[in-house]
Amino acid sequence: MHDKTLTELAAALTAGEFSSRELTQSLLGRIDALDGELNSFITITAEQALADADRADQARAKGEAGPLTGLPLALKDIFCTEGVKTTCGSRMLDNFISPYDATVVEKLKHAGTVCLGKTNMDEFAMGSSNENSFYGPVKNPWDLTAVPGGSSGGSAAAVAAGLVPAALGTDTGGSIRQPASFCGITGLKPTYGRVSRYGIIAYASSLDQAGPMARTAEDCAWLLGAIAGHDLRDSTSVARGVPDYREELGASLSGLKIGLPKEYFGDGLDPNVEAAVREAVRVYESLGATVREVSLPHTHHAIPAYYVIAPAEASSNLSRYDGVRFGHRCDNPKDLIDLYERTRAEGFGEEVKRRILIGTHTLSEGFFDAYYKKAQQVRRLIRQDFLDAFEDVDVLMGPASPTPAFDLGAKKDPVSMYLQDIYTIAINLAGIPGISIPAGLAGSRPIGLQILGPYFAEPQLLNIAHQFQQATDWHRQRPALGEENA
Amino acid sequence: MSLEHADVQRAAHLARIALGDDEASHYVDDLGRILAMADQLQAVDTKGVAPLAHPLDSTQRLRADEVTETDQRDHFQRCAPAVADGLYLVPRVVE
Repeated sequence: MHDKTLTELAAALTAGEFSSRELTQSLLGRIDALDGELNSFITITAEQALADADRADQARAKGEAGPLTGLPLALKDIFCTEGVKTTCGSRMLDNFISPYDATVVEKLKHAGTVCLGKTNMDEFAMGSSNENSFYGPVKNPWDLTAVPGGSSGGSAAAVAAGLVPAALGTDTGGSIRQPASFCGITGLKPTYGRVSRYGIIAYASSLDQAGPMARTAEDCAWLLGAIAGHDLRDSTSVARGVPDYREELGASLSGLKIGLPKEYFGDGLDPNVEAAVREAVRVYESLGATVREVSLPHTHHAIPAYYVIAPAEASSNLSRYDGVRFGHRCDNPKDLIDLYERTRAEGFGEEVKRRILIGTHTLSEGFFDAYYKKAQQVRRLIRQDFLDAFEDVDVLMGPASPTPAFDLGAKKDPVSMYLQDIYTIAINLAGIPGISIPAGLAGSRPIGLQILGPYFAEPQLLNIAHQFQQATDWHRQRPALGEENA
Repeated sequence: MSLEHADVQRAAHLARIALGDDEASHYVDDLGRILAMADQLQAVDTKGVAPLAHPLDSTQRLRADEVTETDQRDHFQRCAPAVADGLYLVPRVVE
């Protein structure tokens, strides 16, 4: 059961090959056997999952099952889930039982899905390796000495290891696409505003977006359809109809115009990654696409702009953690300032403090124009690069990350970690959608192909990814992890 | 723009994060390198370019000023560290 896609599992449930309870039990057993080593879950909601599975089986028996009824999923621990611990990977929220559901959680519950638990992540989604979690690092199922990527590292590792067929992640600077790439799965960051952010613990509000992580583009299409849409509770969610993304799969790629940004094939790109990406592009040519080089001239300003804008937004968003209304509170505060200062010193980890301090500094009097305003101007130029490129081509392709997964503990210097996100970060600044799909292996470590499209081009991106998965079998490769005992 | 020890202490104070002197020294180095990276932006010609705050250039949607939320005080205060009579408790501010 653990090898099947959501689509295959749905067919098996409909055909009565097994029940949702049997499926849920089987996956919970696999989590029990394998996750001690991987650490991809922070909280496993076994009891609730089995109750939800029973409810799904009853609905099916009564002929009331919807397409997603009874399908198991996991949620990054950034999605508020009523009655369930929601930590965001932080000591600050180690005791936080959310009193409400995020909009996407509510939608998935209504669709009848079964949530197996909350997955590990970099604290407050700040990181590219999942090593910044209060709950310890996640290991990459393909190679236990490698990181799974971040910040949605637990979601990526859980799907790759067959602990769950699909999971939700969030992506502020690459946090869905980079771990999807490192773990050999498919991950989509939708257009900014496509999915409601209500109830998703905020990091950088003008960049954050939730999206699906699964084994195939077809499964991602299905999940996106379930979570996308306008929400009055998120003023930045876009009032625009949600297409049936699975209906859109199947269109021929004949005549598709692919652009290869020359800046995405420069210094620092691992030769194995480049070879795999270029081979994937040749597959697209064989499917009828044409390819040309394009330029995104402001690419190299994306990381500096991001590390002004995101920490600035974070410093404001994270000011809510004050030890008064919820979350961690220090012992024996001598006065109110002491309460704030020690609560925050104890509750936040090192990377989170670093970003709050950077953001506070760049927003403070005397520095605002030089940093924040300047970065917002550069942001417009970065977006314009993409708008110009999409005048000439339908989509852009390149690597999701300059290297395959790196070793645990390999990147101690924060700036060298930040530079990992060179191919993903500009996409969030521009707000366009992007998807990473498995396109090769370097030894035992997966390589991801990233495909980028104009605003709201999710149907096209998903179809383009789906066509590749019809023609190749990289997405069917599985790590050899613990098959003998689970 | 280089960063001094006092800048880090000032940011920590503004952010209400207790920071020992040793810790501050550690951050001077880290934050200095991050700001050096951010300083690369100064080389970009942005004359006449409007700052971009929202990727789709959307503006805030307005709604009628009507009460739409119900009172869930007890429910929300269940996750608070200290409450009494519906109020959040903090150390005494005014003696």
